[in-house]
Amino acid sequence: MTTQAAARQPLEKSPTGIAGLDEITGGGLPKGRPTLVCGAAGCGKTLFGITFLVNGAVTYGEPGVFIAFDETAEDLAKNVLSLGFDLDRLAEQNKMVVDYVRVERCEIEEVGEYNLDGLFIRLGQAIDSIGAKRLVLDTLETLFSGLTNPDILRAELRRLFHWLKDRGITAVITAERGKDALTRHGIEEYVSDCVIALDHRVTDQLAIRTLRVVKYRGSAHGTNDYPFLITDVGFEVQAITSVGLDHAVSSERIPTGIGRLDTMLGGGGYYRGSSILVSGTTGAGKSTVAAIFADAACRRGEKVAYFAFEESKNQIVRNMKSIDIDLEPHVASGLLVFHAARPTSQGLETHLAAIHRAVRDHNPQVVILDPITNFIAVGSLAQVHSMVIRMVDFLKSHQITSVFTSLTYGSGNLENTDVGLSSLIDTWLLLKAIEVDGERNRVLYLLKSRGMAHSNQVREFLITSSGLDLVDVYIGSEGVLTGSARLAQEARDRADQIVIESETLRTQRSIGRKRQSLEAQIAVLQATLDEEADILQQASSEANGRLVVLAKSRNEMATKRKADLISITGE
Amino acid sequence: MNGNTQSPAEFGGPPEAADEKWLLRLYVAGHTHNCVAALENLDSFCQEHLAGRYEIEVVDLLKNPRLAKDDQIVAIPTLVRKLPEPLRRIIGTLSDTERMLVGLELKSRS
Repeated sequence: MTTQAAARQPLEKSPTGIAGLDEITGGGLPKGRPTLVCGAAGCGKTLFGITFLVNGAVTYGEPGVFIAFDETAEDLAKNVLSLGFDLDRLAEQNKMVVDYVRVERCEIEEVGEYNLDGLFIRLGQAIDSIGAKRLVLDTLETLFSGLTNPDILRAELRRLFHWLKDRGITAVITAERGKDALTRHGIEEYVSDCVIALDHRVTDQLAIRTLRVVKYRGSAHGTNDYPFLITDVGFEVQAITSVGLDHAVSSERIPTGIGRLDTMLGGGGYYRGSSILVSGTTGAGKSTVAAIFADAACRRGEKVAYFAFEESKNQIVRNMKSIDIDLEPHVASGLLVFHAARPTSQGLETHLAAIHRAVRDHNPQVVILDPITNFIAVGSLAQVHSMVIRMVDFLKSHQITSVFTSLTYGSGNLENTDVGLSSLIDTWLLLKAIEVDGERNRVLYLLKSRGMAHSNQVREFLITSSGLDLVDVYIGSEGVLTGSARLAQEARDRADQIVIESETLRTQRSIGRKRQSLEAQIAVLQATLDEEADILQQASSEANGRLVVLAKSRNEMATKRKADLISITGE
Repeated sequence: MNGNTQSPAEFGGPPEAADEKWLLRLYVAGHTHNCVAALENLDSFCQEHLAGRYEIEVVDLLKNPRLAKDDQIVAIPTLVRKLPEPLRRIIGTLSDTERMLVGLELKSRS
């Protein structure tokens, strides 16, 4: 019965506390079993192990032992202190033991048979001293360079893993990645429960870290290469596929800072927590739109984080001042925080980490990234795309309204963004410079805006010394006109109007005159008509009189002859 | 012996003076086959090559597990030459006299 019950129970897992990894693995590493973490030098293997132990000790009440083969306990403690891991304090609280095992080949001569009982005794001692549940061996393979007899080592490693399993220790064993195999010395043969590969790829001189669960016996797991970050709080895996589309959604509108743009957006502005893309050609005014939004947000007392990847803070402040937008007070009051960095100064992941950190520290309601296109210089299209997805998701999940500016190049379709963002974005403004008659004029299109009725019309976009304004473009028989062409057309329109007005006046007058004369004629005709009517009346009454007389005389005659009388009408 | 500089002529030759005191410590873990063999081999080696100027300490890590950490012991059995300095380690059953001589620097590597 008990064995059946045990068999039916799902694999017990030991949470790592590493954001993202526990999602991919469905709860953590296999409890009471060894897990192999392999990767090339500098991949973050040690940090993975430390994070696993510290989280175990601090969060999950499982003390841990760290066996370091590569660096001394002091060095290790110093190295991870910058990540906020205080190993010494954990050691004082009996939550952690760090033991440095030194194996120097030049100090050791091998004469005859031996085993690794010394190591076992040390492990046992360390584990028992604090009742450890977790163990990290970093990097076990150092033994292979310190000791020469591989047969003994292999046998001893097999024994070690059995020993750890028997004790129910959840162990992480790190190993260097080999040329063709997962590990240089084939340790994966012995650790069959869970294998995690870390990678640190350098493409175009820039580094991206990824994590992959190669194998997880008895458990479903994500199989992709997941990017991960080493941030100031340790290890963080970005499980893209695990990011659900279940952000809280706000229907609150926040003004864009440009009155007529609010009108175009159905009268309120952007949705809070939405992502806005401002794309356009060089000099189309992308940064200006973003900065105006930042200014408007600060005026409402909201906090803004502005990530500038092209200009310095001072340059942006100065440029905005030239169109009467003063960002300086917001900077002084601390509402507006600038983070200026060249995209190429760090890898994508580091940028992402910096953004995460800034958002955590500053807790802004609005984030501006200006421009994201420059990241193309740092990563491949797919990498930038995945970074932006993560960024959008991250910002949305924090209900942060984000503005991304994106440079589109003159050639090619302007409605393609270089990083293929458009599908992620809620509101998309396209700024375009139209060149006609030797001048460039800016126009603004609202390509899309999810969840709100919005204007489909082009607006001309004026950047003046008193700010930014949107005006209707001239749409007439001549097509869409902007700038001086629009002004000229408007002047022409005004002249035409005056001509039409005076013509109308003239026509009105002549019609008035014609009317008067016609009315006079009507009066004459009426008089004639009346006269005729009188004559007719007279004639008819005369005729009647004559008939009566005629009838009377006939009746008189009849009376005389004694005949019938006839009635006399008309009397 | 610290700060001792060896001239090229001395280097490689048997450097120790004949009256030097040898302190050897053998780490074992219980009475396993390897450990017993190592102790026997060490005894006979010392009688042959270091007669009258050696001292052997045997440390059983099963009884004193803390010492494994203090003396950086990984393999069992491990022989540590405490004196003369510098410290040397030999691991295994100590079954090969020639290699013992090299390992303890009683004979230069050929």
